[in-house]
Amino acid sequence: MKALCWYGTRDVRVEEVPDPKILAVDDIIIKTSTTAICGSDLHLYHGTVPMMEQGDILGHEFMGTIVEKGPDVKDLKVGDRVIIPFAISCGHCFFCKREHYSCCDNTNPKSYFLKKMNGDATAGIFGYSHLMGGYAGGQAEYVRVPYANVGPARVTSELDDDDLAMLTDAFPTGYMAAENCSIQPGDTVAVWGCGPIGQFAIRSAYLLGAHEVIAIDVVPGRLKLAEQAGATIVNASNEDEIVDRLKQMTGGMGPDACIDAVGYEAESHGAVGLYDTVKQTLMMTTDSAQILRQVILSCRKAGVVSLPGVYVGMADKVPMGALMNKALTIKTGQTHIAKYMRTGLQLLKDGKIKPSEIISHRLSINDAANGYKIFDENKNEVTKIVLKC
Amino acid sequence: MDAQSIPGTNKSSDVQLKKCVTIDRGADELYERWKDFSKFPLFMQHLVSVRPAGLNRTHWVAKGPNDTQVEWDAATTADTPGKVIAWKSMPGADVPNEGSVHFDPAPVHRGTRVTVTLRYAPPGGQLARWVAMFFGEEPDKQISDDLSRFKALMEAGVVPTINGQSKGNK
Repeated sequence: MKALCWYGTRDVRVEEVPDPKILAVDDIIIKTSTTAICGSDLHLYHGTVPMMEQGDILGHEFMGTIVEKGPDVKDLKVGDRVIIPFAISCGHCFFCKREHYSCCDNTNPKSYFLKKMNGDATAGIFGYSHLMGGYAGGQAEYVRVPYANVGPARVTSELDDDDLAMLTDAFPTGYMAAENCSIQPGDTVAVWGCGPIGQFAIRSAYLLGAHEVIAIDVVPGRLKLAEQAGATIVNASNEDEIVDRLKQMTGGMGPDACIDAVGYEAESHGAVGLYDTVKQTLMMTTDSAQILRQVILSCRKAGVVSLPGVYVGMADKVPMGALMNKALTIKTGQTHIAKYMRTGLQLLKDGKIKPSEIISHRLSINDAANGYKIFDENKNEVTKIVLKC
Repeated sequence: MDAQSIPGTNKSSDVQLKKCVTIDRGADELYERWKDFSKFPLFMQHLVSVRPAGLNRTHWVAKGPNDTQVEWDAATTADTPGKVIAWKSMPGADVPNEGSVHFDPAPVHRGTRVTVTLRYAPPGGQLARWVAMFFGEEPDKQISDDLSRFKALMEAGVVPTINGQSKGNK
């Protein structure tokens, strides 16, 4: 089969590799119909995620049709059309029972490394380094999906691939970020980063009752898409004093909730940003806290900071004094996707969302390597690339 | 555990390891599975087999260096249903070792706290290489991984694996 394989920084290739096999009794194999490139895949492309191995198949947003199943797979059948959550959950541990699916104890075969790094291991993730379990990813014509009784959801034929593929990570991640804000009537929610996660966080915040959503980015094309969803936009590249600007827009209080949908590869600006860049370059710190600083300083007292953006290691210059004294609540986590994918599916069936609206490029799996290049070099035009198999 | 009972294992050079994990199953069920030594290789990847060898005796076969196998007999030294199992190697083992597993109820609805201790006397020469393989280059990692696999097996019914999956090879 054809698959997109990682070989190093900015070196990914579409290659012919062996077809996947059933490796456990509750595995399924799917024939991929649509898969996508996630903004977080660019972290792998940039070589900033540890424990990648040459030949690793990337991709964690994918869907398709079941072509083979293990003997312990219960409800799903060969021929079923399914969408696959990006994180892998066992369904039985302390965390899965409480629907904290991304914290699953049992699906990362290489859990020792995360335990040493973070104190605990979290769920395995398709195509996202051996730190996250080393599972072969979904940017391939066929994919092995383990623990198939828990994550995959059967979908009917009238729903469109392009909408459904957005439910495997991007939409639910934006939705959980917004839900984590505990939005009350009259609330203003500020969203940093207007990539797919930010776009869906904006739309979800309105669905959940936000009075106003302020969208912050440096890319005009993405701000325009946010504006179409009803957001008030702020172009941060024109804005040295983003904190003051947000205070002015909210009657001096600051946004009731702030969502960082950018994460650790934030572009750095100003003196403290230069400090981040120097320390990252010297490998003295791994994560830029540029956005996190703005978020904490902007948020109103006793407000909520919600972090769907990816952080992987240590961050420096986090304003702990502001965080403590302002009585902020921080909500974090990889998306509990086995739950929120189903929330998204219901919203799609009810006609409340149209997640394919953010897709800017449709390519063949054969052109996947070029897709990464386009995505990396042209953020103004690219919001989301889907790959067809 | 009687530390004096194994030659070599009461020295300060002994390697001692202790790990604890909470498993969402009852103590009796976990005890029954652990008592079945023959299932150890399912989650202890350095073992080839463990089989009964008479009353309170087991025969262990582990992977050794250069595709060899290393074998020894062990005696069960403590066995209280639902609470504890302990074992130690018989005299003459190349690497004297002993271990125990305790099962203690966790707070309401949280299952059982499983605590494993292992102790062995590290040898020199060729055997040192074998010990490195037996317990991994990092013994702490080996026992942590073994316990994670046991937990996964008991809670989810399968041990997570990627062995044999597709990969680019150019």
